[in-house]
Amino acid sequence: MKSIKEKVIESILFACALITVLTTLGIIWVLLSESYSFFSEVSLGEFLTDKEWTPLFSQKHFGIMPLVTGTLLTTFIAICVALPMGLTIAVYLNEYAPKGIRKTVKPILEILAAVPTVVYGFFALVVVTPFLQSIIPGLSGFNALSPGIVMGIMIIPFISSLSEDALAAVPKTLREASYGMGATKLQTSFKVLIPAASSGIIASVILALARAIGETMIVAIAAGQQPRLTFDPTVPVETITTYIVQVSMGDVPHGSLEYKTIFAAGITLFALTFLLNNISFWINKRYQQKYE
Amino acid sequence: MNNLQRNKIKDKAFKYFGVTCTFFGIFILGVFLFGIINDGVSRINWDFLTNLPSYRPKKAGILTAWTGTLWIFGLTAIFAIPLGIAAAIYLEEYGKKSWFANLLEINITNLAGVPSIIYGILGLEIFVRLMGLGGSLLAGSFTLSLLILPVIIVATREALKAVPLTTRTASYALGATKWQTIWNLVLPASLSSIITGVILALARAVGETAPLIVIGALAYVPFVAKTPLDEFTVMPIQIFNWISRPQHGFTINAAAAIIILLAFVFVMNGIAVYIRIKAKKKSH
Repeated sequence: MKSIKEKVIESILFACALITVLTTLGIIWVLLSESYSFFSEVSLGEFLTDKEWTPLFSQKHFGIMPLVTGTLLTTFIAICVALPMGLTIAVYLNEYAPKGIRKTVKPILEILAAVPTVVYGFFALVVVTPFLQSIIPGLSGFNALSPGIVMGIMIIPFISSLSEDALAAVPKTLREASYGMGATKLQTSFKVLIPAASSGIIASVILALARAIGETMIVAIAAGQQPRLTFDPTVPVETITTYIVQVSMGDVPHGSLEYKTIFAAGITLFALTFLLNNISFWINKRYQQKYE
Repeated sequence: MNNLQRNKIKDKAFKYFGVTCTFFGIFILGVFLFGIINDGVSRINWDFLTNLPSYRPKKAGILTAWTGTLWIFGLTAIFAIPLGIAAAIYLEEYGKKSWFANLLEINITNLAGVPSIIYGILGLEIFVRLMGLGGSLLAGSFTLSLLILPVIIVATREALKAVPLTTRTASYALGATKWQTIWNLVLPASLSSIITGVILALARAVGETAPLIVIGALAYVPFVAKTPLDEFTVMPIQIFNWISRPQHGFTINAAAAIIILLAFVFVMNGIAVYIRIKAKKKSH
C-alpha cells in the first residue's frame, strides 16, 4: 500500500517536471508551424536579404534585416555601458572592497534588475532622452542611444554579479603567487584573475547580451517604431521585440500574412537568444570542470 | 618616479574608479526614484486609486489596473507555486541520474533564457486561440506561470540542495519512505529559502508587460474583472499606455502609477530579503 502511494506521488511530481518540456516543445511548435505558413508566402531569400520591413503598409516588404540591425544596435550600446561598468564593479567588489561593503552593495545592485522594464522605459523617454538632447543637438525624440544606455544600466548586475562569482572562484594560490611576486591588486586583477576567470566572465556577458536582445518595453517606449537599416544611434529604429508589440496592439486580423509576421520575427529572436544562451551554458560547463 | 610608485598610483586610481562605478548604478537608481516621486506623488489620491480609465488625464484612475494586477498575481501564484515546487522536487530528489533528468535540466536552463515576449506568443496560440480563453485573466496567468516556472524551479532546487544529507539518512534509518522524508523533513527545512525564491519570481510576474500585450490584454478596460474569464489590464500596461500619449497630464499619471507599482515590487523584494536574512540567522 505504501509503495503504491509513493509511486503515485512520484508520477505526479514527474508530470509537473514534464510541463517544462512541453513548454519548450510548445514554443518550438508554435513558432515553426506559423512561420512555415509565413514562408510559404514569402521566400526565405526575400526575408533575409530585402532591406525593408513594411508588412503593415500597402507596399509590402518582408526583409528582417532592419529589425535585426535595430536589435543589434540597441544591444551593442547596452553592452558598451554594462561591460566596463559591470566588470569594474566585479573587480572592485572582489579585490578592493571591504567585506561589509560587498555584502550590502551586491543586493542593492541587484535591485536594478528587479525594477519592471516598463519603468526603465519611462526613465529613458522622460529623463535620459531630453538630457541627451541637450548634449547632442540632432538627437531625435526616439532613438537607439537612450534606451541602449538605460538597458545597459539594467543589465549591469547580470555582469557584475556573475563575474564577481567567477573571480571569487579563482583558486587562492594563483592570487597569492601574484602578490608574492610584488604585484599590486590592479595587476593581480587584470593580469591573473580576469584571464583565469575569463570563461565565467564571457558566459556572464553572453547571458547579458541575450537578455538585452530579448528586452522589449524599454525599446518599445524609447527607440521608436520605424524599421530602418542603419547603425546611426540618433535616429528612430525598431527592434524585433518592438515589432511584435506593435502588431499585438493593432487590429491585424488573425491568420493574415501580417499576423504571421510576428511568428517569423519571433523565430528569429528565439534563434538568436537560444544560440547565445547555449554558448554561455557550454562555456560555463567547461569552466566548472576546470576548477572543481 | 619609479615603476613601483607608478603602479601604486595606478592601483589607487583604479580603486576610486571602482568606487565611482559601483555607486554610479546606485546613484542613478536614486536620481531616478527621486524624479518619479517628485513627478507623481502629488497625483496619488483616493480618486486616482478608485477611478476608471478616462481620456481626460485628471479624471483617469487605476482601479482596473491594480485590481487586474492583484488578480494576475493571485492566479499566477496558484498555478506556478505548486507546479514549480513539485517539478523541482522531482528533479532534485527523484530523477537525478537518468539521461532524461539531464535533458530536463538543460531544458530549464534554456527556458530561463527565453525572452518573455516569446512566452507571450506561446500563450497567444495555446491559451488564447487553441483553448479559446481569449484575452482573459486565465490566459494571462497561465502564460506568466510558464514564464516564472524556471525561476521557481531553480530557486527551489537550490533550497533543497542545502538540506544536509544527515537529515535524510536519519529519517530513512527510522524507516520513513522517500516521500515521508521529503514532506516531513526536507520541505520544512528548506521552506524559507523556497518562499524567498517564490516571492522574487512573483515580483517578476507582476512587473511583466510584453507577454500580456501579446496575448491581448487591453489598455482600456472600463470595468473591474469579476471572474478569471474576464478581460483585463494590469499596472504595467496602464503605465505603458499613458507613457505613449503625448499629453503631459498622462506622463504625470504614469509617474504616479509607477510609484504604486514600484512600492508593490519593492515591498515583495524586501519581504524576500527579510526572510532570507532571518533564516540565515536561525541556521547559525
